[in-house]
Amino acid sequence: MTELTDLGVRALRDGIRGGEFSAREVADAYTDQVSRAKELNAFLVETPDHALAAAKAADDARAKGDTLAPLAGVPLGIKDLFCTKGVEATAGSHILEGFKPPYESSVSQRLWDAGAGMLGKLNMDQFAMGSSNETSAFGNVKSPWRRSDGGNAVLTPGGSSGGSSAAVAARLCPAATGTDTGGSIRQPASFTGISGIKPTYGRCSRWGVIAFASSLDQAGAMARDVTDCAILLEQMAGFDPKDATSLDAPVPNWEAGLSSDLKGKRIGVPKEYRMDGMPAEIEALWQQGIDWVKDAGAEVLEVSLPHTKYALPAYYIIAPAEASSNLARYDGVRYGQRDLPDGANLQEMYAATRDHGFGDEVKRRVIIGTYVLSAGFYDAYYTQAQKVRTLIARDFDMAWQDCDLLLTPTAPSAAFGLGEKSDDPIAMYLNDVFTVPSSLAGLPAMSVPGGLDKQGLPLGLQVIGKAMDEQGVLNAGLALEERAGFRARPEAWW
Amino acid sequence: MSSYRIQGATGEWEVVIGLEVHAQVTSKAKLFSGASTAFGAEPNTQVSLVDAAMPGMLPVPNRECIRQAVRTGMALNAVINKWSRFDRKNYFYADLPQGYQISQLYHPLVGEGVIEVSLDEKDPEAEIKQIGVERIHVEQDAGKLMHDQHPTRSYVDLNRSGVALMEIVSRPDMRSPAEAGAYLTKLRSILRYVGSCDGNMDQGSMRADVNVSVRKPGEELGTRTETKNVNSVRFVMAAIEHEAMRQVDVLESGSKIVQETRLFDPDKGETRSMRSKEEAHDYRYFPDPDLLPLVLDDAFLDECRATLPELPDAKRRRYETDLGLPAYNAAVLTAEAETARWFEALLAESARIQKKGEAEVAKAASNWLISELFGALNRLGKDIEHSPVSPEQGAELLGLVADGTISGSIAKQVLEIMLETGDAPGKIVEDKGLKQTSDTGAIEAEIAKVLEANQDKVAEYRGGKDKLFGFFVGQTMKAMQGKANPQVVNELLKKALG
Repeated sequence: MTELTDLGVRALRDGIRGGEFSAREVADAYTDQVSRAKELNAFLVETPDHALAAAKAADDARAKGDTLAPLAGVPLGIKDLFCTKGVEATAGSHILEGFKPPYESSVSQRLWDAGAGMLGKLNMDQFAMGSSNETSAFGNVKSPWRRSDGGNAVLTPGGSSGGSSAAVAARLCPAATGTDTGGSIRQPASFTGISGIKPTYGRCSRWGVIAFASSLDQAGAMARDVTDCAILLEQMAGFDPKDATSLDAPVPNWEAGLSSDLKGKRIGVPKEYRMDGMPAEIEALWQQGIDWVKDAGAEVLEVSLPHTKYALPAYYIIAPAEASSNLARYDGVRYGQRDLPDGANLQEMYAATRDHGFGDEVKRRVIIGTYVLSAGFYDAYYTQAQKVRTLIARDFDMAWQDCDLLLTPTAPSAAFGLGEKSDDPIAMYLNDVFTVPSSLAGLPAMSVPGGLDKQGLPLGLQVIGKAMDEQGVLNAGLALEERAGFRARPEAWW
Repeated sequence: MSSYRIQGATGEWEVVIGLEVHAQVTSKAKLFSGASTAFGAEPNTQVSLVDAAMPGMLPVPNRECIRQAVRTGMALNAVINKWSRFDRKNYFYADLPQGYQISQLYHPLVGEGVIEVSLDEKDPEAEIKQIGVERIHVEQDAGKLMHDQHPTRSYVDLNRSGVALMEIVSRPDMRSPAEAGAYLTKLRSILRYVGSCDGNMDQGSMRADVNVSVRKPGEELGTRTETKNVNSVRFVMAAIEHEAMRQVDVLESGSKIVQETRLFDPDKGETRSMRSKEEAHDYRYFPDPDLLPLVLDDAFLDECRATLPELPDAKRRRYETDLGLPAYNAAVLTAEAETARWFEALLAESARIQKKGEAEVAKAASNWLISELFGALNRLGKDIEHSPVSPEQGAELLGLVADGTISGSIAKQVLEIMLETGDAPGKIVEDKGLKQTSDTGAIEAEIAKVLEANQDKVAEYRGGKDKLFGFFVGQTMKAMQGKANPQVVNELLKKALG
């Protein structure tokens, strides 16, 4: 018999509905997996009671013959950036240690309303700032993957949604929420051989999601396949009057709209993404992806996104600028940690609280952000970066005149070892090179596993779509998934 | 008006003044949260998750606050920007939970406008001056620190945190404390007419930052100082006067004015330094990424315009031309929205009771309101909003005078009783038997007694001392306890005295 923890969202949902197994059995199986995987450090808080309560509600509803909610009895992992009522939410930072929000984020509330349960809060890079999970104040998540060279090097699960990617890949949960500011869903999905989608900016409410860079932050779904991503995202998305940037548009039935037939679709391959020094394996995978979408009926053409090389510098101005302001509220006054040295005045309390509460990467970005917004530097940095952002968006608009979707690699490499890049922020930032442009333009994009590199580590392909065209992205993702036939999974060593 | 000069040792100095007025928007809820804005609640009872800057909380603009600011802009004949944007002003302070204030630096909601002020509104000959309004933007208020609750600690009350303010920035167009006072008074009047701010300066609903510089007439603008949070018209004028004198003293002693922020001490009547330009914050303004640009459509603007009331200048002109009121009366009655409202109710009711046109009863009604009721309210220390006499009761009283039921002097007595008892004037006249009499028999009887008792004066009168006629009228009226119709008394007396 298949292990219940091998089943994804759709299989669990359908199995519970059909009575093949109870939601209770599912919840038990997954909470057991979670409790036995502490070595991975994917969960910051485990909430088995939450998952069991949702399971009970699902089983009770089925026993009464009620129609089951869309995710009834499906247990999920929730990235710690989401505020969850009564459950500690730290965003991976000491400064929020002990903070139990008296409110539930709009996205997680939608999931509970849809019948899902929570297995726990997932570890992440501190305030979502990082690409390797090494900036978490509570220790990095370890990827369940290992290189096939027989070595025991601990690898990164990617970041910032590294707890989410590791938990899904290690079968600790069927799916998880993530958030993506410059690639924080797609890069970890790529590194761990799972699927992850960042929808159009505004699809998922940011209300109750701890802010990193407001104009870029967007919640999304991480799961073992494209279909599960579609099912989960459908329940996460929707207009929220409490978020002024929320999209007031109906959420399509993405699952029902899934089709891997790409006939009539024109898929662009941006030539500027073919970068110097790109590993041959990434190049080869990209070509493989091109062949797969052609096989699915798409027409493939080369397109140009001329401002691509300015995207990363612009991102690393805009995101820190917003972060420097968004993080000003963590002052030790109303919640979280406070550091009040003897005789300290207000300013000294702020300084001590932040010094001890924020990690190095957070401090680095707050300082960069403060600098680029300062009098005398604002125009040279922030204004220029905003202009670049406008040009990047225009690049995509121009490309959409010739094609419907774009196909690129997700990340410039496979997962790297923990510690390999943590001393070099620039090398770390380069991880986001393929994911940042679509974030700046607010476009939907997803990563699906394409294959393994020669060390046996997963590599992802990225599909980028027009604003609001999550369906197109998911469909191309499905076409790739069917052809890639990616079945590899990490052996449990934890 | 612009001839105000400070006489210094080196000659005359001109004062240049600009005001930044912070006016709390009249709205039940805060600018970006649903929390209440009522004044005087227990500390920290009107604080939403957004106001307390809890993690993940987001601002959502309150349409009513935007509407009020747009209506205010329209009342100042200002440009309404259909596209505006919110910016964050970043600084750390204990009364600012977010670590930034949401304001509008780069693209304010309202652009250039103008306020017409007269140094003496009641003098039709007084010079009229146009004071430019540079902009109005909307922003959040901060919380309040309380330093008097604990010997070593300060407390924070976040009830005001997030309350909507309009910052109304004038051009440096004022040249005297009196002009600044007139501008502030007029602005307050307009805000209260529009209903966008209650103008209660003592509750902090309206406060002014006062920018002052001095120069020799005709020279370039001098360096200015900004005196923060002055909270009455009188204090604004006093702060300007003191600050201008101080600047003249500094300059004439050979020093330079330091661009700085100052505070006004109402007890000492002087300003003192708070922080200099070097200590000024770098606010790192940038567009608030939590908020989309504010885009106003024509329907919204039409609705704002349609709900604007008649404004004081227009009303004053109408009172003069349509109602034929003297300029003084028109100015007094239109200075405050409540007074005008009261007057118009009085006018409508008087016209109805007396079956006349409003213009026909306007003068008597306005005179009575200004000289009788205002006088009485003044003595009672009440304003028109809290008048114990309603416009309807006033109209009834005026009707009794107009139809000869009572005399003007009896009307004064009746008003006093109305103020005390709240009774209707008709009832008072009835109960106290104050009805004016034209009963010639009764009057003639009293006249006979008066003449009998004052035979010497009768002789003098008949001898040519005409002035004594008034004496006989007075005596007769007194004997009639004021209730005799004065005209009848006159006629009968003339007949009796031959």
